[in-house]
Amino acid sequence: MIETFAALAHGMAVAVQPVNLLYALIGVFLGTAVGVLPGIGPALTVALLLPVTYKLDPGGSLIMFAGIYYGGMYGGSTTAILINTPGESASMATALEGNKMAKAGRGGPALATSAIGSFVAGTIATIGLAFLAPWLVDVAVKFGPEDYFALMCVAFVTVSATFGDSPIRGLTSLFIGLTLGLVGIDKLTGQARLAFGIPELLDGVEVTTLAVGLFAVGEALYVASRRHHAEEKLEPVRGSLWMTKEDWKRSWKPWLRGTMFGFPIGALPAGGAEIPTFLSYSTEKRLTKHPEEFGKGAIEGVAGPEAANNASAAGTLVPLLTLGLPTSATAAMMLAGFQQYGLNPGPLLFAERPDLVWGLIASLFIANVMLLVLNLPLVGLWVRLLAIPQPWLYAGILVFATMGTIAAKPSVVELSMLAGFGVMGFLMRRFDFPIAPVVVGLILGPIAESQLRRALQISLGDPLTLVQSPMSATLLAIALIALVAPFVLKGLGRFKASED
Amino acid sequence: MTTDSTPGDRPRTRGSRGIDRAGVVIALALAALAGVLVWDASRLPASMTYGMGPQAMPIVVAIGLALLAIGNLIDALRGNLPERESADPKPVLLILGGLALLIAIIGLGGGFILATSALFVATSAAFGRRAILADSVIALVLTTLIYLAFDKLLTLSLPAGPLERLL
Repeated sequence: MIETFAALAHGMAVAVQPVNLLYALIGVFLGTAVGVLPGIGPALTVALLLPVTYKLDPGGSLIMFAGIYYGGMYGGSTTAILINTPGESASMATALEGNKMAKAGRGGPALATSAIGSFVAGTIATIGLAFLAPWLVDVAVKFGPEDYFALMCVAFVTVSATFGDSPIRGLTSLFIGLTLGLVGIDKLTGQARLAFGIPELLDGVEVTTLAVGLFAVGEALYVASRRHHAEEKLEPVRGSLWMTKEDWKRSWKPWLRGTMFGFPIGALPAGGAEIPTFLSYSTEKRLTKHPEEFGKGAIEGVAGPEAANNASAAGTLVPLLTLGLPTSATAAMMLAGFQQYGLNPGPLLFAERPDLVWGLIASLFIANVMLLVLNLPLVGLWVRLLAIPQPWLYAGILVFATMGTIAAKPSVVELSMLAGFGVMGFLMRRFDFPIAPVVVGLILGPIAESQLRRALQISLGDPLTLVQSPMSATLLAIALIALVAPFVLKGLGRFKASED
Repeated sequence: MTTDSTPGDRPRTRGSRGIDRAGVVIALALAALAGVLVWDASRLPASMTYGMGPQAMPIVVAIGLALLAIGNLIDALRGNLPERESADPKPVLLILGGLALLIAIIGLGGGFILATSALFVATSAAFGRRAILADSVIALVLTTLIYLAFDKLLTLSLPAGPLERLL
């Protein structure tokens, strides 16, 4: 307890240095500006902005990331409310009620309850992160390689199979990611795998190239292919921006309940913010005193899911920072941000670079405050960004998307891979394959392989080592149950569909 | 990259139990990918160390892909894939053409500004704009500003061509 306070205070001292405050401010601003663009979710926001932080020192850039992460989330909900195109599935619940509120001329209060709810949830969840992390680090230092491998199996299964619409399609995405993770030189033996004699492939597939290709290029192709279907409509923000007393009364309980759903589920390796947002939505629908408003713009239906979304975003940082385990596409991009500086999140990072880790955690608090102070007054600016005509918007997105790759590796091979991943992202959207498992597979696959091989080396090749450690045996059992359950209980994956 | 089917299939009505041809192609592509993994792993020399060599993981992934190919095939044969709306292939090809142009210009040393401007104009046209000339001017101004901001301010090295050398 006391150590946590001391560490957090130390982190605050790092975070409030003027230059770091400036980084946080730039991060929040850029994150919101990019996240607000329709079709761009937080994962892509982080991926697109990675090259911007390329040349900064690790401390400053991680602080900027904290801002980009939270800013991207906030921008996403603004888009969901004002044009009903959620950038990611976690904003879907927000779009349900929020867009109806905007249509009824209550866009201001919808944006306000989402901003204040995000602040409340983000703050509580970041406190949770600060207190849970040291405890988990203590557990994690005792982990052997077999335990890590088992933990990653749990993450693989929950991210791809357990909670999606179709376990087969989710696992297919995961295995495509695992395949891409195999490309390049094997770290243990120096053998080249799947490189086909192309020197550029020896370094492996770049995470940012994959993410930007799948998310940005894929999305642009997909939207272009179905442009003839429907034009999205931007709802103007009419009337007061402020919440009435009644709005406050109806919002504060959903904020807290949403946080209670979001943080624990986000902290478990259970795959992102969809589950808690929909749980929160259905809970609010059940508990509300105004059931007649649901489906027509009930403020509870914005307040709860938004809080849940933000709380789970902070929750996913728990396994990411303490175990190096990304459980959502956004967390995977954050991990790529760490790896860009040769840093590997996990218990060791807490011990070796406490200034960095705690500075990041403290910056999350600061980013949260900045978002609250900045965003409501600046809502007019964000709305103007939303009004950029679609041709220029997507043309600009693609210019930025390719710029990241051109800056990192201006080679024909790398750019062709970007285009190839774009086509893959387009096809995956078209045929309804989830995208996050590909990114998680690419990032976690090589780590899982090296942990497994290390475990087997220590045991002199005896595979029973995987079930001899009680921790690893338990985790593998959980992974197995999570893998089989959706096939047995066919209805489990469908509860989302029944919510609307 | 891994799947290789053409966009622009006809829309299917929900609940149709016919064979989904695109789904079959996806299954075949997954099976082919599994084959490539096995072939690649078979070229690696056997390891002498205890435990797993570098070829073990590709084999595991290949087995997974093969099983998933079967799963996808069953889904496709039963027509269990989620319904799709019709897709217009023209804008998709236009954007891909823009990307190809960008890659060619970068590869031939044409520089960042020309390359990304080509992509900008192609994408904008794909989204229905017909003012190619106006868009070209916008693209050149925008990408020049981006070049200046990132190359000079953030010292990110972007490839220089004839236009960049004038700056």
